[in-house]
Amino acid sequence: MRSTIFLSIAAAAGLCFSSASAQEKTLTIYTYESFIAEWGPGPKVKEAFEKTCGCVLNMVGIADGVALLTRLKLEGESTGADIVLGLDTNLISEAKVTGLFETHGIDTSAVNVPGGYTDDTFIPYDYGHFAVVYDTQAIKNPPKSLKELVEGDPSQKIAIEDPRTATPGLGLLLWMKSVYGDQAPEAWTKLKNRILTVTPGWSEAYGLFTKGEVPMVLSYATSPAYHLIEENTDRYQAAAFSEGHYIQIEVAALLRTASDKDLARQFLSFMISPAFQDIIPTTNWMMPAAKTSQPLPEAFGKLVQPQKTFLMGSDEVAKNRRAWIDEWLAAMSMN
Amino acid sequence: MLTGVERRRGIAFGMASLLGIVLFIGLALGALLSWDAGTSGERLFTAYTWRILRFTLWQATLSTVLSVGLAIPVALALARRPNFLGRIWIIRLMAVPMGLPVLIGALGLIGIWGRQGMLNGLLLKLGLDQPVSIYGLSGILLAHVFFNLPLAARLMLAALERLPAEYWFLSSSLGMKSLSIFRFIEWSAIRGVIPGIAGLIFMLCATSFTLVLVLGGGPAATTLEVAIYQALRFDFEPPRAIALSFLQIGVTALILIAISLFPAPEDSSADVGRAVRRFDGKTPTARLWDCLAILLATAFLILPLASIILSGLKADLWNLVTSPIFLRAALTSLTIAFTAGLLAVTAALAIITARNAIADMKLPGAPAKSLSTLLGGMSSLVLLVPPVVLGTGWFLLLQPFGDVARFAPALVAAINMLMALPFVVRVLAPAMQLHHKRTGRLTASLGISGWAKLWRIDRPALTKPLLVGLSFAMALSLGDLGAVALFGSADLTTLPWLVYSRLSSYRTNDADGLALILGVICLILTMIGTAGYRKANDRG
Repeated sequence: MRSTIFLSIAAAAGLCFSSASAQEKTLTIYTYESFIAEWGPGPKVKEAFEKTCGCVLNMVGIADGVALLTRLKLEGESTGADIVLGLDTNLISEAKVTGLFETHGIDTSAVNVPGGYTDDTFIPYDYGHFAVVYDTQAIKNPPKSLKELVEGDPSQKIAIEDPRTATPGLGLLLWMKSVYGDQAPEAWTKLKNRILTVTPGWSEAYGLFTKGEVPMVLSYATSPAYHLIEENTDRYQAAAFSEGHYIQIEVAALLRTASDKDLARQFLSFMISPAFQDIIPTTNWMMPAAKTSQPLPEAFGKLVQPQKTFLMGSDEVAKNRRAWIDEWLAAMSMN
Repeated sequence: MLTGVERRRGIAFGMASLLGIVLFIGLALGALLSWDAGTSGERLFTAYTWRILRFTLWQATLSTVLSVGLAIPVALALARRPNFLGRIWIIRLMAVPMGLPVLIGALGLIGIWGRQGMLNGLLLKLGLDQPVSIYGLSGILLAHVFFNLPLAARLMLAALERLPAEYWFLSSSLGMKSLSIFRFIEWSAIRGVIPGIAGLIFMLCATSFTLVLVLGGGPAATTLEVAIYQALRFDFEPPRAIALSFLQIGVTALILIAISLFPAPEDSSADVGRAVRRFDGKTPTARLWDCLAILLATAFLILPLASIILSGLKADLWNLVTSPIFLRAALTSLTIAFTAGLLAVTAALAIITARNAIADMKLPGAPAKSLSTLLGGMSSLVLLVPPVVLGTGWFLLLQPFGDVARFAPALVAAINMLMALPFVVRVLAPAMQLHHKRTGRLTASLGISGWAKLWRIDRPALTKPLLVGLSFAMALSLGDLGAVALFGSADLTTLPWLVYSRLSSYRTNDADGLALILGVICLILTMIGTAGYRKANDRG
C-alpha cells in the first residue's frame, strides 16, 4: 500500500508544478484527448489565447466526445470545467438534459456551417462530413453514391465503426436512415456483404485501412488532407456520394457553474475568430466553422465538397437511437 | 507441518487480502448502484442479452478447448527437449503476446492471416482467386489461441518441470514406453493444472472485447463485455452495466465451479530436488514429433510478432524513444506495472499461504474449508469485473476528495493488480505447495521458523517463481489500456495509451514503432522473470 500512497503524492506534486502561476485567472476546458495532443490544436490554441487574456488556459483531455459527456454527468455541479469543447450535435439533446449548461449569449454570426446549424447554448467550432475513404491502389472505380456502395461488388470490402460504441458508426447509421428511411434495414442487409468487420472505434477501422487489409473505410471527407499534407501522398481519397453526406459538427458550451463567466465567454468568442479557426484545419483535420484569416491550404481545395448535407435534430436522434440501433443489430446479425 | 502461530498468521494474511479485494470491488459497485441515473425503464434481459450471453460462452468455450488442447503437445515437447536450440527464447517469447495491447496483436495477426496477409498472398500465388477470410468466429478463435496458447503452454511446462527427477530414473529403469510415460507421469502432472489454466483462459476469452469486435466481422459477434462498455460509456446507465456485470460474473462462476469439480489428481510424493534428466523420447519419430510441435507453435507465435516488428521498424524509432513524452510514459507505465506487480505478488502470497495453512490443518472445520474455497474463487473471479465498472465506481467515490486525476495512478495500479492476481496465483501456488511439501516437515522438526526460515529455506526455492509471477503481472499491466481513459490523462500518460493516441490521429507509423518498443520491454521483463532459469534446472 505504501507505494500507492507514494504514487498519489507524486502525482499530486506533479499537478502543483504544472499549475505554477496560481495568481492569474485560470480557465479550465474539458476536451477530448486528441485535441490536446502535441500535434493537435491544443498547444497552439493555448498559446494564442493566453497572449490576449492574461490568464492560464488549463485543458483537460478525456478520451472522446462521449466520455466527455459521461465525465460531466459523473461530476455534476461539482465539475471543475468552465467550458466543454468537443461534444458533437448528436449528443446535445442528452447534454441539455443534464441542466449543467448555460446559454452563451455571444454574437455567433461569424459561424458558418453547412446546413446552417445554430443553437443558443452550443457553438460549433469545426465540422466534417462523413465519407467513405478508399485506397486508389486497390479500387479503381469507387462508389459514386450510397446506393452504389450498398449494391456494389461484395468482394470489395469496407470497414465500419460500431454505432453502439463509436460516433462515426452512429453517423453512418443516421446517414443510411436519412437516405433510405424505412428501407434502411433492407439496405443494411445488402451492405452487410461488403462489410469486412465492424470495429469498436475509428482507430481500429482506420488502422485496418492503412495496413492495406481493407480498401475502404468509413471516415471523414477531410481524411485525405492529412495524407496529402503530412505524408505527401494522394493515395487515399474520399468518395463523393450523389445523395449527399451526413455531417458531424463539433461544439463547445459554457457551464452554469463556471467560475469566471466573462473569461469563458471571451474564450467562446475567440473560438469563432480567425485566430482559433486558422489552427483547426491542419491540426484537428476538420473544416473550420468560421472565417480563417488565410485561405485553407491547397490540399483542402481538392477534398470532396458535398452537394447536400444531412443532419438530424439531436432530439430526434436521442428519441430514436435505441430503436434504430436495434434495427441495425437485427439486420446485421441475420445470416 | 506448521506451528499454530504460523497457521493462524497465514490465515489472517489471507483474510486481510480477501477483505481488501472485496472492499475494493464492493465499494465501486456500491457507488455506481447508489448513483441516481434517472429512470431508464429499459428491460435488462431482452432476447438480445441472451443472444450475446450465448455467443460469449460459446466462443469462450471453443477458445479455451483449442488453446489448452493445442498447448499440451507443445508443453510436452518442450519438457522433453531441454536442449532444444533456442528453447529459452521460445519460452520467453511466449510471454510477449500478454504484454501487447490487444489491437496491436490483432493487427499483427492480420498481417499474417488477413485478407492481404502473408498466407493469402501465398494462396493467391498458388492460384486461389478469392482470399480466405478469417473474419467471424474463426478470427476470434485464432486470436484467442494466439494470446492464450503460450500462457497455457508455459504453465503446463512449469508443472512438468516440477516433476521429481526420480520419476524419470524409474520410468527409464522400468523401460516404460512413451505412451505409459504420458499416462502415468506426464498426464497426471498436466491434469492437475488444467482446471486452473482452463478457468483462467475461459475468463480471459469471455471478457474479450476489442478482439471480438475487430475480428468478429459484425455485431453477431458481441460479448457481454461490449454491452457493459456500451451501457457505461455510451449510454451511461450504471444499473444496466452492473446488472450485466453480475450476469457475466454469475454465469462464468458457475462454469468455473463445474471445471473445478473435475477430480484433482492425488498429490505427488515429495522428492529431494535432484537435477532432472530425461531418458525418454530418443527415437527418431519422437524427435520428429517434438520438433514439429515446437516449430509449429513457434511459427504461429513468431510470424505475427515478426509482422509487428517489421511495421515497427519503419517508424523513426530513435526519435520516438528520445521524445520527452515517451520517456514520461515509459516511467509512468513501469512505475504502475511495478506497483501492480508487487501488490499482486503480495496478495497472491497471502492467499496461497492461507490456503496452505488450511490444507495443513488435521481437521479443518467447515468455516476454514469455505474460507479456502472463497479465497480460491475470489482470486480468479476478480478477472470478471470489468475495469470500466471499477474505474467509474471509484471515480464517483473519490470525486468528493478533489481532483480525481490525482488518484488515477494508484487506482490504475490497483485495478491492474486485480487483473494480474489470478495469473500470479496460478504461477505461485503449485511452486509453493511443492516447496511446503518438500521442506515443511524437516524445518518443523529442526525448529526453524521466522526470518531464518524465510531467508534460508524459502528464499532459495521461491525466488524464481516469485520473479516469474512478478514479470507476468508487470507484462499484463504494461499492455493494459484499461481504466486510464476516463480520468483525463494529462498526468497519466502510459505506453499503451500513447499507442492508441497515435492510432486515433492518423499516426499509424508512430503507433507501430511504439508497439515494437512495448514488445521489447515485455521481452526484457520476461528475461528478468526467467533469469536463473538454467541454473535452476541444473541444480545439483
